[in-house]
Amino acid sequence: MTSEMNMEEKKMIKATINGIEVEVAEGGSILDAARTVQIKIPTLCKHPDLDATGACGICVVRNKANGRMLRSCCTPLENGMDLLSEDAEIVEVRKTVLDLLLSRHPNECLTCARNQNCELQTLCADFGVRRETLPNIVPDLPKDDSTKCIVLDPRKCINCGRCVDVCQNMQDVWALSFLNRGIDTRMAPAGDISLAESPCVNCGQCSAHCPTGAIVEYEETDVVWEKLHDPETYCVAQIAPAVRVAIGEAFGQPIGTNMEGKMYAALRRMGFNAVFDTNFGADFTIMEESAEFVKRFTKGEGELPLITTCCPSWVDFMEKYHSDMIPHFSTCKSPHEMLGALAKTYYADKMGVDPKKIYMVSIMPCTAKKYEIRRCNDMSSSGCQDVDVSLTTREIARMFKQSSIDFVNIPDGEADSILGDYTGGGVIFGATGGVMEAALRNAVWMVTGKVPEKPEFEAVRGLEGIKECKIDLAGKEVRIAVAHGLKHVEEVLDKVRAAKTSGGELPYHFIEVMACPGGCVGGGGQPYGVTNELRSKRAAGLYKCDTECAQRTSSENAHVQKVYAEFLGEPLSEKAHHLLHTHYSTKRAYQR
Amino acid sequence: MTRLTPNDLSALRDQLRAAEAKTFVSVGMSTCGIAAGATPVFKTLQELVAARNLPGVVVRQVGCAGMCSREPLVEVRVPGQPSVMYGNVNPELAEKIIESHLSGGVPVEECRIPSLEEMAVFPGDPEPDSVNRPLQTRIVMRNCGLINPDSMEEYIARDGYQALAKVVSGMSQDDVVSELEKSGLRGRGGAGFPTFMKWKFTKASKGDTHYIICNGDEGDPGAYMDRGILEADPHSVLEGLIIGGYVIGAEKGIFYIRAEYPLAVERIEKAIKQARAAGLLGKNILGTEFSFDCEVRLGAGAFVCGEETALIASVEGRRGTPRSRPPYPSQKGLWDKPTMINNVETLANVAQIILRGGDWFAKVGEGKSKGTKVFAVTGKVKYAGLMEIPMGTKLRDIVMKDGGGTSTGKPLKAIQTGGPAGGLIPESLLDTPVTYENLQQLGSMMGSGGMIVMDETDDAVELARFYLGFCVDESCGKCAPCRLGGRQMLTLLNKIADGKGTKADLEEVKKLARAMRTASLCGLGQAAPNPVMSALRYFEDEFTKRLVG
Repeated sequence: MTSEMNMEEKKMIKATINGIEVEVAEGGSILDAARTVQIKIPTLCKHPDLDATGACGICVVRNKANGRMLRSCCTPLENGMDLLSEDAEIVEVRKTVLDLLLSRHPNECLTCARNQNCELQTLCADFGVRRETLPNIVPDLPKDDSTKCIVLDPRKCINCGRCVDVCQNMQDVWALSFLNRGIDTRMAPAGDISLAESPCVNCGQCSAHCPTGAIVEYEETDVVWEKLHDPETYCVAQIAPAVRVAIGEAFGQPIGTNMEGKMYAALRRMGFNAVFDTNFGADFTIMEESAEFVKRFTKGEGELPLITTCCPSWVDFMEKYHSDMIPHFSTCKSPHEMLGALAKTYYADKMGVDPKKIYMVSIMPCTAKKYEIRRCNDMSSSGCQDVDVSLTTREIARMFKQSSIDFVNIPDGEADSILGDYTGGGVIFGATGGVMEAALRNAVWMVTGKVPEKPEFEAVRGLEGIKECKIDLAGKEVRIAVAHGLKHVEEVLDKVRAAKTSGGELPYHFIEVMACPGGCVGGGGQPYGVTNELRSKRAAGLYKCDTECAQRTSSENAHVQKVYAEFLGEPLSEKAHHLLHTHYSTKRAYQR
Repeated sequence: MTRLTPNDLSALRDQLRAAEAKTFVSVGMSTCGIAAGATPVFKTLQELVAARNLPGVVVRQVGCAGMCSREPLVEVRVPGQPSVMYGNVNPELAEKIIESHLSGGVPVEECRIPSLEEMAVFPGDPEPDSVNRPLQTRIVMRNCGLINPDSMEEYIARDGYQALAKVVSGMSQDDVVSELEKSGLRGRGGAGFPTFMKWKFTKASKGDTHYIICNGDEGDPGAYMDRGILEADPHSVLEGLIIGGYVIGAEKGIFYIRAEYPLAVERIEKAIKQARAAGLLGKNILGTEFSFDCEVRLGAGAFVCGEETALIASVEGRRGTPRSRPPYPSQKGLWDKPTMINNVETLANVAQIILRGGDWFAKVGEGKSKGTKVFAVTGKVKYAGLMEIPMGTKLRDIVMKDGGGTSTGKPLKAIQTGGPAGGLIPESLLDTPVTYENLQQLGSMMGSGGMIVMDETDDAVELARFYLGFCVDESCGKCAPCRLGGRQMLTLLNKIADGKGTKADLEEVKKLARAMRTASLCGLGQAAPNPVMSALRYFEDEFTKRLVG
């Protein structure tokens, strides 16, 4: 950054809101300025992750100089402005906008997935909207549950545009768009095809950003209840890393609180026969992936850079939009799939349970995991489907609430010792850069025979969209990139393509990609209200958990080593390949 | 044509003028004329002139002269004689014109109408005495109906591209801006923003390149002056665009024209090609260092794409929806570069201001509204058409003089100006002089210059319903107040019009109007309640008498 730009950045704008002086850097909105002095102007369409579009009109404030109203979300503060955030007319206008939105919104709050967690509902409550003054004009539009991951309910859509912005600009997927105009304007896949036929990668960021119940996860709690009460079924669960630091939010706990002990205990009380931890699967993923990396990097067997594949949305995105990169993809399955395969082979054998009777429920921060469990035949490597159902954090939180469990106060439980123990390397998977950091720790161990003295690789942490760094691996430079949020993928891959085309030096040897901004802590299935602050706090919960682990490097996981010794042989063995690896193929972005 | 220099241009003009001593039989062949049947008239005239072997008689097409209700128009201009205009000409009358006027020298009185010279003062004409002064002053429409729009030579013969030559060979960018400032020209597309400021701001914006866009996405119901100008005198708009490009430092200009204007598109494209071939467009314009080129982009017919930011989105290939301003297009416009968007009529004024000076232009008009405005006068008016009126003219004069009063002979009730963003002005207020400020004060606006005349049988509620319905259809759907407010207001208005509304419904209409005006994102939504509110302002009894309970 040049000094001139720094100078420009320092230019401050001063104005007055409700008689209180405010100051923000030039370009800052009235809304931002107001928040610095604890004036919380109500908003609806504006999301902190996204640029303001000005779609709803709730956030209007008055410019006292000319009496005109301005949208505080998208109007930059100007020097000398004298603004008023409320008067009788402003309140009337905001209420009228809510009246209008309600007139085109079904009156179904009690049966809506977002009941008590809906931004429109909250605003209507705050503004004391007591009657429907306008004729109800909700169109008769069908739900789209074609993906079995995400459900679109266009009747509940208020056209705020967040999902479209997320899908097109944050995620670069371009599945969602607006169709038609005027009163017929609606959010839908371009061309009015089903979501399953669209380029959607099921990341669920649209659902995480939707202010209402127009986009929600595909709910599968009923089938889990059935299985739990079926005496013929042996129910097992596994908990993904990022879930434990987010689920507390659904129970009023401080953001980032690690609730894993409560989850283990609650799942047992619900009737699960065994409770595993996906962190254990993550340690396996690291064993396999770092072996894959070291093989490609030191022995030159296979293409570099190696690209991580834990994220099913990323895999789907790559198969649809970047399939020329397939040779670079790690063949490792994601942690919950590895654990599923081991549960229905090694564990079943050990416990003498018929694998066909085992019902594996994986609890994930993710909507795309619902897709991944049926992605291809490799996901049934145990002989039956390795993971039977995948629930999001939001779904399991509801199940806990349905279970008469005092979740916050229940004494901490333990995971099963087989397939339950984990290292710090496993738990940091849930934050962007975590897979990379864990793999690097293990690669050091593989190359040098010793775990790294300082296990922290700070350069791959944090919320910068693309993180690049160079690591010394036993005297050899390893160039690394970590990208999260799919919009950042192309820039990284294009550098690789350019180097391959020109025959120049590779920009990277190892790349981690997570589809969701912040990685799994910001996953599409996590509790609502995601912001960067929240992503950071959840990630901090994981890094805290990492430092509290006795072992920080996956190879140190004694149970992992035991499974290799007793069952798999060694990383990348034939058996490991059969159970823990997969393959990829080019897909059409549009399925029709 | 070889590439011209400023000197060549003047020489060519003089040469073309000298060659004009012929008898011209001109047929108005714009969309309006063609629709009214000008093609068979033109054909008849051509055939008869050929058959009679009339020496020195040239039959040619010209653009729209603005006298729409009297199309097809035929003008006979014999050297040394005043021009004679004929209206509502059919092939039989065309034959009479040949027989009587061209062969016998006796004009055909049965279809004779006032000539353009009798109707309007033209730039360079001696100022007539105030008693006999025609109502119109034609600056923008100086060539409309007088030249063949497909002929660049005819434009050049009437001082075409002289302003461009003057600018590129001796005026700085600031000189041009200062001339515009003196002229007091304001945007003719609706908002009336001072044109010099737009040019100055865009010129001052930093960027590696700048763009200029001519907004030809005319869409107000009943307004068609931009089409009229583009079809009748495309080079005048192009010249304004090139000068604008010079001033703001653009290399590229765009004509954004709605696809429903195929003839306008055809003529402007032809004009661009001709100008390029003559070195008036493209690299090193008129032999100077200045290079600038332009292209035509078609609008798909959404009214909202006339709004600057939606227009830019549309040019970029995105969904045509507005975004909030600032940043203004002058700061961040097409492809995020500083962009100046001017309306067709605005640009058509530029060359005359440069040639004759800002002070000359500022002599026409009143108060802060300088120059002229082209109105499209339609509805229940005897002579519908385009009328270029000096600012400050009384509204009544427009309707009663050149408009000829109501077409039904019934008393005048009101006029509607400003299109869907404007409002009703009752007969009692028609002595108001036309200015941006006056119209706004009356609860209407200048808009693009649509003027719909209503007689006493017309219903204010119906008119309000029509305009609101237009805005509801044309809402882009992006912002809630416009998307939903318009629809709900229309539902209530329909209820009232059908005699089923209550007092509470009328109050709800007013409440929705307040919310739409204050909380809609763009001008379309903010102004959509205007026709309803102005109908209520002047004719509330027509609403209340239909209420029940």
